[in-house]
Amino acid sequence: MQTHTFKPDLPPPRMSVGAVGWLKANLFSNWFNTLLTFFAIYLIWLIVPPIIQWAFINADWTGTTRADCTSGGACWVFVQQRLGQFMYGFYPTELRWRVDATLWLAIIGAAPLFVPQMPRKALYGLGFLLVYPVLAYWLLHGGMFGLSVVSTSQWGGLLLTLVIAAVGISGALPLGILLALGRRSNMPAIRVICVTFIEFWRGVPLITVLFMSSVMLPLFLPEGMHFDKLMRALFGVVLFQSAYIAEVVRGGLQAIPKGQYEAAAAMGLGYWRMMGLVILPQALKLVIPGIVNTFISLFKDTSLVIIIGLFDLLNSIKQATTDPAWLGMATEGYVFAALVFWIFCFGMSRYSMHLERKLDTGHKR
Amino acid sequence: MQTSANVPRPRGSVWTDPQVRAWVFQIIAVIAVVALGWYLFDNTQTNLEKRGIVSGFGFLGNSAGFGIAQHLIEYTESDTYGRVFLVGLLNTLLVSFIGIVLASILGFILGVARLSPNWLISKMATVYIEIFRNIPPLLQILFWYFAVFLTLPGPRDSLGINDTFFLNSRGLYMPAPGPSESFWPFVLVLLATIAAIVVMGRWAKARREATGQVFHAFWASLAMIIVIPGLAVLIGGNPLVWSVPELTGFNFRGGWVLIPELMALTLALTIYTAAFIAENVRSGIMAVSHGQTEAARSLGLRPGNTLRLVIIPQALRVIIPPLTSQYLNLAKNSSLAAGIGYPDMVSLFAGTVLNQTGQAIEVIAITMSVYLAISISISLLMNWYNKRIALIER
Repeated sequence: MQTHTFKPDLPPPRMSVGAVGWLKANLFSNWFNTLLTFFAIYLIWLIVPPIIQWAFINADWTGTTRADCTSGGACWVFVQQRLGQFMYGFYPTELRWRVDATLWLAIIGAAPLFVPQMPRKALYGLGFLLVYPVLAYWLLHGGMFGLSVVSTSQWGGLLLTLVIAAVGISGALPLGILLALGRRSNMPAIRVICVTFIEFWRGVPLITVLFMSSVMLPLFLPEGMHFDKLMRALFGVVLFQSAYIAEVVRGGLQAIPKGQYEAAAAMGLGYWRMMGLVILPQALKLVIPGIVNTFISLFKDTSLVIIIGLFDLLNSIKQATTDPAWLGMATEGYVFAALVFWIFCFGMSRYSMHLERKLDTGHKR
Repeated sequence: MQTSANVPRPRGSVWTDPQVRAWVFQIIAVIAVVALGWYLFDNTQTNLEKRGIVSGFGFLGNSAGFGIAQHLIEYTESDTYGRVFLVGLLNTLLVSFIGIVLASILGFILGVARLSPNWLISKMATVYIEIFRNIPPLLQILFWYFAVFLTLPGPRDSLGINDTFFLNSRGLYMPAPGPSESFWPFVLVLLATIAAIVVMGRWAKARREATGQVFHAFWASLAMIIVIPGLAVLIGGNPLVWSVPELTGFNFRGGWVLIPELMALTLALTIYTAAFIAENVRSGIMAVSHGQTEAARSLGLRPGNTLRLVIIPQALRVIIPPLTSQYLNLAKNSSLAAGIGYPDMVSLFAGTVLNQTGQAIEVIAITMSVYLAISISISLLMNWYNKRIALIER
């Protein structure tokens, strides 16, 4: 019997594989797409080369004064010269090691939390959250154990931005969880109080909140009680942000099936143990990406403290651009600020997407 | 077997009864809130008395005595603080309105571009979105204002377009239309044309439903809206007279001017919010399953009609709720005007007026309630719209 042998397969048409095939499929699939491609190339050609020219090719990188910027492009000398001010504000130069130490402490202290195999992670995390703020306050503010006092009015730059963001989120998170629980409560009075609180803060812009905490808070407090500017701003930021956190957490609470509540009640758990042991662990896990997103918007919102005269990163740069010795450096300054903010926010949003994938236990439909 | 109905339910102590506890908790909570409120109120009263500030809204009737760079209604320095408030409110609404319209258009284009089969276009949209939504809006406003608009050349070396538009560091000057004597007849003709188009559209739809015959109402109305008013202009002359800005001395006169603060603010808010709207639009379109497109195509709908009648109505249901919060965000972010001194409500009222009068509580209370009112009206409007287009389920 004759065995049939297949001929070897013909290779695919040359136009449909490799680089040419990819180009054809993705850029030139029909006349409209081709048109769009040329339009896009034109736009890129219009935008990208001038930016590269300005920021890199024609830029000045070394020098000490404005006179060193001669090539007509970006004058990064300005940023380089003022970097200390942008990072630390008016923090005394010889004490800046304390800020660095605070940062390193945070990085080293928090690093174990990102190791998946770490045992007793929750306990360690809780301990870190309780101990670190005290240490950080002692290092930054001083006044005890031989460290000289650096008042909060001298804090500034990226340091201040990070302090506001960190205090804002750690104050807003517990308050927001309580508000979310209150909003889902069966008791009408509690619910009304929480809903009013949340909707009020969500309805007004942060600027008016900052104005309020800076001009009205002193009127609300009894005689002799005095908060400095930073404390007042933090107060406003925490209240404002807790309302947003509350809404995020409420989304998580609503996503937990009723059976979980009923099962917990059937086990004889009271309200707080039901929430603490059964509902919140599941709900919070669901909303971690949402909380990170809220934190990103809080981080961007920290720049608003410029309105009440605090010198955060943005305001330090804005002040530096009005320096007569460096007039006309607004573009360089703001581009640098944008870069710093962008790195933080983009990094966090990537992290939140990573968390979303990691925490997805497949129950989602 | 004994029925359980006769056995009295075991009663614990009063304190373990959930209902009693609920009442107690609520009463405690209300008392605590009222006490806190009273404590703050009492402190405020004492502090105000000590500082000699008379509370009340009487200051709104006092003369303001400062000028405002942009006012949509008549305003002079001798006008009252109440008038200042109105000017600021209108400026806030103006920025919010322009911003919402422009951000929606740009956001929809970007959202669709991100889903484009064209690799280059979709990557460009992604890069845009990732860049601009991760930079604080205030920073973007400051950048446009200080690094772009204020560094433009002065009035004498303006960038002119066609000798009708002029861009310089004092703003964008453009021709302003005014009515000529043939203006009202022209408006009449225009209204009549629109009425005719509406009637024709109804007739075309009724005929299509009765007989199945298609009448190309869209093309007919396009022709009508171009030809009839065009004829009116040819016969009656131009209905508008344009006042073109002219350089006299050191500045331009005539025409309209967009102040740089307004341009920086709207530009930054538009660019920032459009990045978020684009993401909402993208997720809305992706939420419509591909089967819908295939089903529509197999029914014989053309691609344009598929998009208009099948995809977009379903995508809008997903898009509307997050879009609402973006609109609200834009309205609230318009208060960042205070950073560059655009005369909006916050910088005029909570800034200048508060500094001049010292009536902190009244001023902040008014400002906050206006924003609350704006927020609530936008969300009511969008909720109504959302309810109208929402899926009616069984």
